[in-house]
Amino acid sequence: MSDITKQSLTELVKNIKSKKLSSTDVTKAFIERSEKSKELNAYITEDFKSALNKAKKFDQKPNLDLKLPGIPMAVKDLFCTKNIKTTAGSKILNNFVPTYESTVTENIWNEGAILLGKLNCDEFAMGSSNETSFFGNVQNPIDKNLVPGGSSGGSASAVAGQLTPITIGTDTGGSIRQPASFTGIVGLKPTYGSCSRYGIVAFASSLDQAGPMAQNVKDCALLQEVISSYDPKDSTSIDFKRNQYSKELTNNIKGKKIGIPKEYRVDGMPKEIEDLWQKGIQYVKDCGAETVDISLPHTSYALPTYYIVAPAEASSNLARYDGVKYGFRAKGENLIDMYEKTRSEGFGAEVQRRIMIGTYVLSSGYYDAYYLKAQKVRKLIKNDFDDAYKKVDAILTPSTPSSAFKIGEKTDDPVSMYLNDIFTVPVNLAGLPGISIPAGHDSNGYPLGLQIIGKAFDEQNILNIAFAMEEKINFKNKITDWWIK
Amino acid sequence: MDKVTKKNLEYLINRKDNQYEVVIGLEVHAQVLSESKLFSTSATKFGAEPNTQVSLVDAAFPGMLPVINEFCVKQAIKTGIGLNAKINKRSVFDRKNYFYADLPQGYQISQFKDPIVGEGKVILDMPDGQKEVGIERLHLEQDAGKSIHDLDPQNTFVDLNRSGVALMEIVSKPDLRSPDEVSAYIKKLRSIMRYLGTCDGNMQEGSLRADVNVSVRTKGSKEFGTRCEIKNVNSIKFMQMAIEYEANRQVDLIEEGKSIDQETRLFDTKKNETRSMRSKEDAHDYRYFPDPDLLPLEVSDDFVNELKNDIPELPDDKKKRFIDEFKLSPYEATILVSDIDTAKYFEEVVAKMGKNKDIKLAVNWITGELFAVLNNKNLEISQSPVSAKNLAILVNLIKNGTISGKIAKTIFELMLDGDKDPQKIVEEKGLKQESDPKAIEALIDKIINDNREKAIEYKQGKEKLFGFFVGQAMKASGGKANPQLINEILKKKLQ
Repeated sequence: MSDITKQSLTELVKNIKSKKLSSTDVTKAFIERSEKSKELNAYITEDFKSALNKAKKFDQKPNLDLKLPGIPMAVKDLFCTKNIKTTAGSKILNNFVPTYESTVTENIWNEGAILLGKLNCDEFAMGSSNETSFFGNVQNPIDKNLVPGGSSGGSASAVAGQLTPITIGTDTGGSIRQPASFTGIVGLKPTYGSCSRYGIVAFASSLDQAGPMAQNVKDCALLQEVISSYDPKDSTSIDFKRNQYSKELTNNIKGKKIGIPKEYRVDGMPKEIEDLWQKGIQYVKDCGAETVDISLPHTSYALPTYYIVAPAEASSNLARYDGVKYGFRAKGENLIDMYEKTRSEGFGAEVQRRIMIGTYVLSSGYYDAYYLKAQKVRKLIKNDFDDAYKKVDAILTPSTPSSAFKIGEKTDDPVSMYLNDIFTVPVNLAGLPGISIPAGHDSNGYPLGLQIIGKAFDEQNILNIAFAMEEKINFKNKITDWWIK
Repeated sequence: MDKVTKKNLEYLINRKDNQYEVVIGLEVHAQVLSESKLFSTSATKFGAEPNTQVSLVDAAFPGMLPVINEFCVKQAIKTGIGLNAKINKRSVFDRKNYFYADLPQGYQISQFKDPIVGEGKVILDMPDGQKEVGIERLHLEQDAGKSIHDLDPQNTFVDLNRSGVALMEIVSKPDLRSPDEVSAYIKKLRSIMRYLGTCDGNMQEGSLRADVNVSVRTKGSKEFGTRCEIKNVNSIKFMQMAIEYEANRQVDLIEEGKSIDQETRLFDTKKNETRSMRSKEDAHDYRYFPDPDLLPLEVSDDFVNELKNDIPELPDDKKKRFIDEFKLSPYEATILVSDIDTAKYFEEVVAKMGKNKDIKLAVNWITGELFAVLNNKNLEISQSPVSAKNLAILVNLIKNGTISGKIAKTIFELMLDGDKDPQKIVEEKGLKQESDPKAIEALIDKIINDNREKAIEYKQGKEKLFGFFVGQAMKASGGKANPQLINEILKKKLQ
């Protein structure tokens, strides 16, 4: 089977369970392809040798009742992994090796999966192009010098480039859905509280959520089923009845009401995005669902609100990286000097920018005008969705206002970079689940994604809608393996 | 309750023609009595080896999250109930952001806008009557670690054992007016918390410390003066000294026509003076905001009511009961209830004395002989060399006439060594009181016979000679004769 890496997770699991493939076969195949794919720069840390050992060990006594039996996978380097360096894409954690495991990755290993390595990402997940990583740009497998999106850029690149069958990312303002859209894969941001944040390097605590990234909706559903759990170690984890998402997956969405929010038709949006959206509307109708025009009136305030709330929380969350206890430490004349040098040298420009913004908006005299007001607007944005969900079961929007852009194209213009998140950010602010599925190509042949936003805890419903649409769209990602010599 | 007397032992600072009143408010930091920390499962034992009680959460490792310790919440609510305070059913944990080497997170989790406990009050028993002190609020927060600067000339060491330990910050209203009131207030708070078992109140170990806010104003003025905050004072004596110094410093400034800067000051215990630490302009901007890792803390009525049912009798109620039930004076009752162990000891003595008991006598023995011994030996009453049971037996022996008060003191001395049973001491040493009237009569007859002249003088009106006869009788009996019987029989015989 030479095409192991082209197989979906579902196929791999089936083949391992039926013993057509061993975990060693599969692990080897992904390692080999990863070795040939260094130019993508998707990995920060490779753990291939130990992955192969684990695969061999699995094959000696395979437990085929597990959900991910002997499946190798790489994960975003924001998840703390026991005894494996965890950097968050930052120099300041370049030497940091956790003694503990995040709950989400623990759940994955408990279901039989094997760690291949840690994937590149924007520094502390702050970025939309993977260009803020201390470990360099990630290439989009779609085309040379194209960004994979961010912050889970390494994750998206690795799945699209078939370096890993599936992966997990984190999504604070679109960090799973936007790179999924840019690389032609499926990415789900679950409801806030669905996946434990324990052991995930924090960016903005009230927005961060881990989620699955995969080649198709079914794989995504299976991985979501594995990673979502109630965790008493995370006070914001929510104890609700979790579905067997992959088993309960159905393409029957007849009679579902899908909202089309007029506010997502933003100024300057390329025509191909509008066309894609219209196509999406037709697809859901073809599946027997009904579309309803709705209004989410506070949408235009979402981005400014996000860029107050997220930096505010980040400025405080990143205070612990001070050179005192672990991570990078610069030499200083005294404590303050050491702090200043450590943080100036240890953090990149984008992280420093957000720490400054966050510190500013929380400062006395500005708190009411910025942070407090942003919290009020956040409530209004959530109310918009609550009102809409009185009429509809889910909402369909484009995932991003454009397709992937060139490396370096937006690095000097943070605001234009931030605009990438315009359709994804409201979902984080409202704590809702959202999924991006590949739905077409632009004139360059670059993938474009559609986003389905659900009610809180209603992952099953948006997975079903995505599953039904996926069948109709019949998307084929154009991967030419350009980077493999 | 005591009668509130109008008489006022005012604490005033006099300068030339002016009299100044001192206004004091306290922010007391009381360590919650709990096996584990506020947001982690690490132990909180005092005096452990440095950095042996530190979890990944306490050391703020990446991705670590705080989880509230329900027991600490209960302790705070119980304390709130003990302070007659409003329990807030919804409170919020905020982050207080600042950088310091012993603050691993780069922020302290504290309650800023919405504390768990709101307004309350405590009653102080002052020599001139009772005084009510308002409580502004009580909130839960984390303690920081400890920076150790004196172990190495180049480096500072950090011990994170304290990092994350639960503290209750109890903020009083500016109702205190003298160092003595501050002392009484701290003692009362400590007493209440020890009754509740919510704080051990051990100031030497830092379980109880306070920031002291001091301002002065001319007597009769309604306006508050500019206050200075004296940080982290860890003994009642130092608080009193610091207030005295600081109030006088402020008065001197006013007298010189200068103004007082609102600032944070430190008390130098060696020089007995306060020193400026930072001015208002240099004050930190803590950038408080609700901690997004923690949901607002919500407690139900049932939760609070269950804790209310769990509250033991507190000092004020116990005092009232001691007065009503045991007919103690307010003074005696105040002494006995001020410390929970003293109150426990007293109640145990009362219980062991049985039916025919003399409570007044027991109180005298506890506050007299026993306290003196404890004081001498520098012991807590919980370490008393004489158990409540044996003290009860001793008091009963006096009450039923088996021994005299004088003999009792001798026996008490003997009891100190190994908590001996006084009954046995009486038997072994033959110290039983002579209470046979016939034997005493015979003894007295002999004394009157031997001192006929004095007996005549007495009968002629020289009444103070009665004491002489009592003394002679006592002496003749080797101190064992029942003094009451001697009195009675002597009176009869000398008529």
